Amino acid sequence: MRKLIVLLFIIAFTVSVSAQDAEQIIQEVDKNISAKSQIAESTMTVPGKRNSRTMTAKSYTIGDEKSFTEYLSPPREKGTKMLKLDKEMWVYSPSTDRTIMISGHMLRQSVMGSDLSYEDMMEDRKLTEMYTPSLAGEETIEGRKCYVITLTAKVNDVAYHSQKMWVDTERFVPLKQELYAKSGQLLKQIRLSDIKRIQNRWFPMKMVYQDMLKDGKGTEYNITHIEFDKDIPANVFSKASLKQ
Amino acid sequence: MLIRTAIKNILGAGRRTWLNVAVLSFVFVLMVAYNGIFDSFMKDALTSAHEWDTGYGQLWSEHYDPYDVFTLQDAHEPVPEALNQSIIDQSITPVLLSQATAYQNGNMQNILLRGIDPEQQILKIPSHQLAGDETGTIKAVIGKRMANTLKARPGDNVLIRWRDRHGAFDAREIVIASVFDSNTATIDAGQVWISLDNLRQMTQMTGEATYFVLSKQSRIKQDIGTWVYKDMDFLLSDLYLMAQSSRIESVIIFTILLVVALLSVFDTQTLSIFRRQKEIGTYVALGMTPQRVTRLFTLEGTSYSILAILAGFIWGAPFLYWFSKTGLKLPESYSEMGLGMRDAIYPVYQPASILTSIILIVALSMLISYIPARKII
Repeated sequence: MRKLIVLLFIIAFTVSVSAQDAEQIIQEVDKNISAKSQIAESTMTVPGKRNSRTMTAKSYTIGDEKSFTEYLSPPREKGTKMLKLDKEMWVYSPSTDRTIMISGHMLRQSVMGSDLSYEDMMEDRKLTEMYTPSLAGEETIEGRKCYVITLTAKVNDVAYHSQKMWVDTERFVPLKQELYAKSGQLLKQIRLSDIKRIQNRWFPMKMVYQDMLKDGKGTEYNITHIEFDKDIPANVFSKASLKQ
Repeated sequence: MLIRTAIKNILGAGRRTWLNVAVLSFVFVLMVAYNGIFDSFMKDALTSAHEWDTGYGQLWSEHYDPYDVFTLQDAHEPVPEALNQSIIDQSITPVLLSQATAYQNGNMQNILLRGIDPEQQILKIPSHQLAGDETGTIKAVIGKRMANTLKARPGDNVLIRWRDRHGAFDAREIVIASVFDSNTATIDAGQVWISLDNLRQMTQMTGEATYFVLSKQSRIKQDIGTWVYKDMDFLLSDLYLMAQSSRIESVIIFTILLVVALLSVFDTQTLSIFRRQKEIGTYVALGMTPQRVTRLFTLEGTSYSILAILAGFIWGAPFLYWFSKTGLKLPESYSEMGLGMRDAIYPVYQPASILTSIILIVALSMLISYIPARKII
């Protein structure tokens, strides 16, 4: 009997320690990934059936509330601007000289034919706010030792009910993410690489998003330059800046 | 006496008369056939809409707009208590909608999940096939257009992905229980029908619906709370607009045909009056007033149309009967349009439509014959 109690105690202690560890790991990930503000230049490559399209953009972000993106190339997309304020988004198209508001379910549409939805691009909430983590083990990804963390949604309004995340044990950056439906079906996979040290944090400069339910090579998202916690003038996040 | 003289005169004119009669009778038979096709199409389309889609009226959630894909996901409300009895006695049936994506063979297809009561009898959707899926598999019925798009057959599994009311993704495989054949594309193309209970559970929309389909027996003719009543005029307005536009097209075609046919009558009349000056003089010398002579020539012109209609009945009746039996085979692309068309249109000849054609041809012939004849006075 005493042995059983000791065993139960050890199990309970281990679970509690692992949960605490997982929570700490995720907090470290949040520290690396989330920032008060970001200014980033990026390219997004969407492979098509015949050839792929590459778009470059510059974006300004404050937390998960405000975001402004301007597409710089190709010529067809140049000048397209997106402004996100809280849960609403406006897209300005220079070819039509019109601004349209994207809200509600429109945010679930694909961004320029990619594997990312507007919602995916806008989602910048901290993982600790949305998920309860648990440590599932350790694995090696591309030569880097990783914690395998299982994240289960603790709030209703998250797109993916659960996630599996491979977090670098030294840098606390995710190297791979699998996003699951409530039924447990794997929906998307994100591979993160080209980890760089920028302003005292480790950050993945390359991300490949893949919709696991359809054929395709996935959408490649490369960050060419990024700055964190810079002051961004308030007028950047105004509707007037869309037409400038 | 005037009629007898007129008939004798036009029969005496020989080939000229029979040419006019042939052209007019051709136009008459063509008009009857075209109207028959049109009436048959409308009858089919209306029947199909009642049976497969609209029922005999609908009650819509105030947020429901079938043409706004961006608000469809929010178009659902709890079923009001006032409608519970109508649901139990099956005079109305609830339908719940939810946007989803179907994945088949590595391709994705945007679809609309429609939840329907497996026991409903109002629509011809084979919903009874959805009953008994308590084994965990979600059964679905789809139309042949959707089956073609998904390249799916009965018994096949299709992976679908949807979001619940909070926006969380979920995905599961459904099994195609049956493929139905309907002329109405709105309930087929891009639509996947599953049991209402399943959809409510999948989307966490317990006890909710997007719209109700009313049966012929339903007495609901007004809004119920926030649910907006839509009558048949509203639900079929697209069909009526299309019918109106087709009517305009047919009027243009008939006008052209009639102008060609009546031109020959007009030409014959003008030539007759010019050539039969001596005959006109003789009539007047015998005591006929100029008005009676005008009436005689007008009657002659009108007789062409009467003879044409008689001729039309003689050769047209067997032709139209044969046409109504064999029908007009439509290319596949027409049924894909889903305007309630079957594979072939079998014309239906309405007496009112035939009578209208007769009156129109006779009246116009009379008018066109009178115009040159009035100069005799």
